[in-house]
Amino acid sequence: MHELQITERILDVVLKHASGLDVSKVVRIHLRIGALSDLEDEWIQHYFDYLSRGTVAENAQLAITRTGAVLCCQSCSCSFEVKREELGHAHCPDCGETGLELVSGREYVIENMEVL
Amino acid sequence: MSDAVRLIEIKEEIHADNQRVAQGLRRQLEEKKTFLLNVMSSPGAGKTSTILRTIDALRDRFRFGVLEADIDSMVDAELIAAQGISAVQLRTGGFCHLDAAMVAQGLDALDLNALDVVLIENVGNLVCPAEFDTGAVKNVMILSVPEGDDKPLKYPLMFTVSDALLVNKIDYLPFSDFKLEAMRERVLRLNPHIEIFEISAKTGQGVDQWAAWLSREASSFIGSASGASQPRIGKFLNASRC
Repeated sequence: MHELQITERILDVVLKHASGLDVSKVVRIHLRIGALSDLEDEWIQHYFDYLSRGTVAENAQLAITRTGAVLCCQSCSCSFEVKREELGHAHCPDCGETGLELVSGREYVIENMEVL
Repeated sequence: MSDAVRLIEIKEEIHADNQRVAQGLRRQLEEKKTFLLNVMSSPGAGKTSTILRTIDALRDRFRFGVLEADIDSMVDAELIAAQGISAVQLRTGGFCHLDAAMVAQGLDALDLNALDVVLIENVGNLVCPAEFDTGAVKNVMILSVPEGDDKPLKYPLMFTVSDALLVNKIDYLPFSDFKLEAMRERVLRLNPHIEIFEISAKTGQGVDQWAAWLSREASSFIGSASGASQPRIGKFLNASRC
């Protein structure tokens, strides 16, 4: 639902990094987004296309990599990755414990961008 | 003319700015000795009535203020103010959640020197508010019985970031197929540290136990001189290890 706000942040960061580096065009932006994000990739791209008009990032393609959620077992401290739909059903693959703490899966990281 | 593609490293977390504002807000609250609680739920789960019940149970002990977030109405702030409680209405203008900057603006309109506990009634929504640290010291969510016991499966992030869960409208339990044990097990698998309270904002059932938790948390924050702790909602943004 808040794709617009997140997309504005992405564009701000991209333009900040592009300035002063003699960038004529941003071709592709690589994003890493956690499995727990409810944002739709397609809508992030739509908003980006709209917001980036007239900037060096116009027509840039967003390459989004979704990362899994990582859980940490409260009993044996091992960590393992699960898919979003497995949350709430998960148990530790080593000891079977169900007391699990989320350690990652919420990130929104702009990794890098390909520019001309 | 060179048209070789260059790669520019960025490695920036999009929420980093909000996180900085939220941490700054918690330091300011610590200086002012004001405890800030963020209350989240879906629309109609009973945020306003739970807030009123909670204040009623603790108003002899703490001086309360309320920040009301609504997409476009003043209804809830008027209800709170009618009880003689300082209330500020934040109209989010279509935004689906509050962020730390909006909360900071709202707090500016309250006299924090005269308040011990400020409650934020976040926008009614189980998705977006879970992603934004508001600067609150603790985050609680309300799940009402008519919504169903499967909500932890549908909105895992909200249950993961909350420090306490209030299962509201518990008086409605006999008329529904809501399974408390199934819900509890699902929630604890997402968040083994969450405190769960069964309450009815309508009848007052269970409100004392919840109020006792809030009272303990608020007293410990107001009384402590140590650094502000990071709530669950600010965690796991970058962590990748236990």
